[in-house]
Amino acid sequence: MSNYLLVFIIISYLGILFFIAYLAEKKSKSRWVNNPYVYTLSLAVYCSAWTYYGSVGIAANSGISFLPIYLGPVIASPLWIVVLRKIIKISKQQKISSIADFISLRYGNNRFLGALVTVICVLGIVPYIALQLKAVSETFSIMSDENSYVSTSILDDSTFYIAVLLAIFATFFGTQKTDASEKHIGIVTSVAFESVLKLVFFLIIGVFVTYFLFDGTQDIYNKISITEGFSELTTLSGFESGLNWMFMIMLSFIAIFLLPRQFQVSVIENNREKHLKKAIWLFPLYLLLFNLFVIYIAWAGKITFGNSVNAEYYTLLLPLQNGNVFLALLVFLGGFSAVISMVVVSTLALSTMISNNLIIPYGFLSKFIKNHPEKNAKYILKIRRISIFLIIIFAYLFYINFSIELSLYSIGLISFVIIAQLAPSFFIGLYWNRGSSKAAITGIIIGFLITGYTLILPFTIEAFTGSSTFTENGIFNLEFTRPHALFGIDFLSPPAHAFFWSLIFNSLFYLAFSLLFKGNYRERNYAEMYVDSKNYTTLQDGALVWKGEAYVADIKNILDKFLGEKRSQRALSIFFTKYKLPQDTQLADARLINFSEKLLTGSIGSASAKILIDNVVKEEEISLVEVLKILEESKEANASNKLLKEKSDELSTLTSQLKEANKNLIDKDHQKDEFLDTVAHELKTPITGIRAATELILDDEEMDAEIKTQFLKNILQDSDRLSRLIHNILDFEKLSTGRDHLDLSKNSIKLTIDKAINGVSQIANKKAIKLVVSVNESIEFSYDEDRVLQVLTNLLSNAIKFCPSENGVLSVDYEKIDGHVFVFIEDNGIGIPKEDQSFIFDKFYQSINQNTIKPQGSGLGLAISKQIVEMHQGEIWIEKTNKKGTIFGFKLPFN
Amino acid sequence: MKRKILIVDDEPNIVMTLEYTFKKKGLEVLIARDGSEALQILEHQKPDVILLDVMMPNVDGYQTLKHIKSNEGLKHIKVAFLTAKNKTKDIEKGLALGADKYLIKPFSIKKIVSEIFELID
Repeated sequence: MSNYLLVFIIISYLGILFFIAYLAEKKSKSRWVNNPYVYTLSLAVYCSAWTYYGSVGIAANSGISFLPIYLGPVIASPLWIVVLRKIIKISKQQKISSIADFISLRYGNNRFLGALVTVICVLGIVPYIALQLKAVSETFSIMSDENSYVSTSILDDSTFYIAVLLAIFATFFGTQKTDASEKHIGIVTSVAFESVLKLVFFLIIGVFVTYFLFDGTQDIYNKISITEGFSELTTLSGFESGLNWMFMIMLSFIAIFLLPRQFQVSVIENNREKHLKKAIWLFPLYLLLFNLFVIYIAWAGKITFGNSVNAEYYTLLLPLQNGNVFLALLVFLGGFSAVISMVVVSTLALSTMISNNLIIPYGFLSKFIKNHPEKNAKYILKIRRISIFLIIIFAYLFYINFSIELSLYSIGLISFVIIAQLAPSFFIGLYWNRGSSKAAITGIIIGFLITGYTLILPFTIEAFTGSSTFTENGIFNLEFTRPHALFGIDFLSPPAHAFFWSLIFNSLFYLAFSLLFKGNYRERNYAEMYVDSKNYTTLQDGALVWKGEAYVADIKNILDKFLGEKRSQRALSIFFTKYKLPQDTQLADARLINFSEKLLTGSIGSASAKILIDNVVKEEEISLVEVLKILEESKEANASNKLLKEKSDELSTLTSQLKEANKNLIDKDHQKDEFLDTVAHELKTPITGIRAATELILDDEEMDAEIKTQFLKNILQDSDRLSRLIHNILDFEKLSTGRDHLDLSKNSIKLTIDKAINGVSQIANKKAIKLVVSVNESIEFSYDEDRVLQVLTNLLSNAIKFCPSENGVLSVDYEKIDGHVFVFIEDNGIGIPKEDQSFIFDKFYQSINQNTIKPQGSGLGLAISKQIVEMHQGEIWIEKTNKKGTIFGFKLPFN
Repeated sequence: MKRKILIVDDEPNIVMTLEYTFKKKGLEVLIARDGSEALQILEHQKPDVILLDVMMPNVDGYQTLKHIKSNEGLKHIKVAFLTAKNKTKDIEKGLALGADKYLIKPFSIKKIVSEIFELID
């Protein structure tokens, strides 16, 4: 493939990434970019060119020792839910924008510590970026036809231009806002996209090599197993090799938290804490998939090429060897994706640290105070942009001068060991409130010096002079000073060895200095906030103890310089509203100091923020004891506030429950009134008839005998009606107060239904209603026959009442289903209006339409039926009702 | 000409006693079992007085009275409610609708007779 075509493809690919990032920024609120999958995929920025090419190299040369680098993150991921969540919580609250900020804030906004962390990160990461450029350059030359091509000057070198393009990309999407704690959705989305591509392309080449070039995994295994030295590559040889593995796993465990690019994507760019829940299983799965074919590709390469080529590039060379340029191009793009995401995120993270923790706090602050806000924002962005370019240029220079002869793997591990020096102050500081800034600084420096001596120095000397005397003999030929075998420990690999000693000393100094030198009150304040973050997040701005004199106007003046007048005014007014302070408050309190520092932290880093605010306030020294006391008090106050709130919530639910109950009572009362009205009316009607007829018979002596008889019959009828009504009311009262007991005995439901039908047949015949009874076989079970008969009679009479006067049909059906006997009574009447359906079984309920329209009964029939069925542990309901008819159903347990 | 009374009630036993009483007093008696029947009768017949129950199926006494009072040809007819609803607010409502008398069930035949004749004499 020609150079030009290759460059064209690279530029087109970058164009696509630009487009994706642009689109994501534009739709930054969309679900497509804010989801746990994008988050998890962005974490896969961990898999850089080192993974993509280096793993195969290691697998070919040292067997399965490529694995620990992925085992560490896999072991770490379940802990994310606790540890990473805590880190994210603190970072969001404090508007932290980098790991340097995170550590320096923990130790009381320590300016020097922030700068130190930045330097460590730059020293660790710049060679790592160089390594990525090396991968691009080497794969580029493999892909290119012009094998004779050797770069003679920078301007000739395509790698240089690619580096510049990456810098432009990082600058464009990484430095749009001055507040670096804001999200960079464009970059994150493009990283997620690249993570998909690199995995898919790597799997494609894996499948191609394993199943197309060879006959599957077994075939490769058979062929490789007969080569020399095979068994050493696939086994862990004894205790020493096990220790090496353990240290490598620990190293990568630390790296997944502390690598600046990991901290950037996992903490700063985290949108929602709950995304972690998916990431903890999805991310290990991603790593597993990535490593699925590594060993087979390595073996396949070894079988095909022997030791004649660089094993790191088997993935490219194998398809090329078989003339499959297209596949090789896919692999190349996959590797290029791995490079871009690593370089872009790393430079973004480092540039923020360099500007906020190195350049701004050491020299630019006084300038900022004099400047106009817009100019300040521009300045800050300019510093970051220049930093991005400087990092990439340094990385390029490093690559040109140092890394030509180095493998991806070795530089990667050196990076990891350097970054691991932050681990004690980071992790211990997160859980131990005594850890102090002096201890952190000493630990990191000591650790770094040891790394320098045991790893960087021998490495550099060998790379430059080609001699290994220093490595073999140490200083003055003293045995215990040999850099790869300090104090006689000679069985560890150089990175594991360096890691072991540096971390041992780093941690020991950290612990010892923490116990010896207590931090000042401010340090201890932040330590408490970090360690006990759960309690302090609820305290919010009140978590910082501060005593002194400060004016809101002075603080606003500072805020204006960095946020602009409008934004700072708005921020302050939100603050005053939140804490219920008057908008024209003059004196600033601790909360405002903390709030303002946080506001500034995003833009200029925590150390600078503190320095700026300190300039305008007069702070009084407070003793450590006092700080702790105040913190304890505010925590307690917070807890009791919480308790109070809970109590008041409880009270208000209680109140609403009472209100509800009261309303129910009133409703019930109202219903009872209406019921009594109805009952009274029902009672008065027969009495009226009796009274009038009796009066007539008494006064009219000449009355015809026939008429007299009729009146007497009426009196009798009305008296019966009266006593029936009274019986019903008493019956209902008895049932509802539970004074009546069921008289259970074995009965046949068919016979009971027949009895009920007989009872109503006369009135049914009068309306010419057709009665249909199901002919199912009889079911015998235990129930109170008189009561069930009452229910049936009630339902049947109702049904008859509602049946049309022509063609009325009434049917009764019953069956046994799952331990219950179901009875259905169906009519073809007018149906029950919707508004009545849910109340129809309520006692005292009379349809609202019945206010003055004559009710169809006492309003007790269905209520009594319901009582009876429920006393049997059964149920009664309306099965169906519409204009064409109604089905009532009830069920009784079959025991 | 014989004077006419329209009795509107859904309880046959009560209607029977009233019918007997007023026939004996020399009135022509018309009977309706609810409001809608009453309004039908009123289309052809103009009684001198109406004895009207309130709680009835379909069209109740209140609605019936409203119809009567809104009809130019009927509004002059005297109307007496005869009902078991004896709360003050019921009585007020009945009279506000334009009833000439409000009589309460159970009733004394003598009282009803004297009240009705007071209306039509």
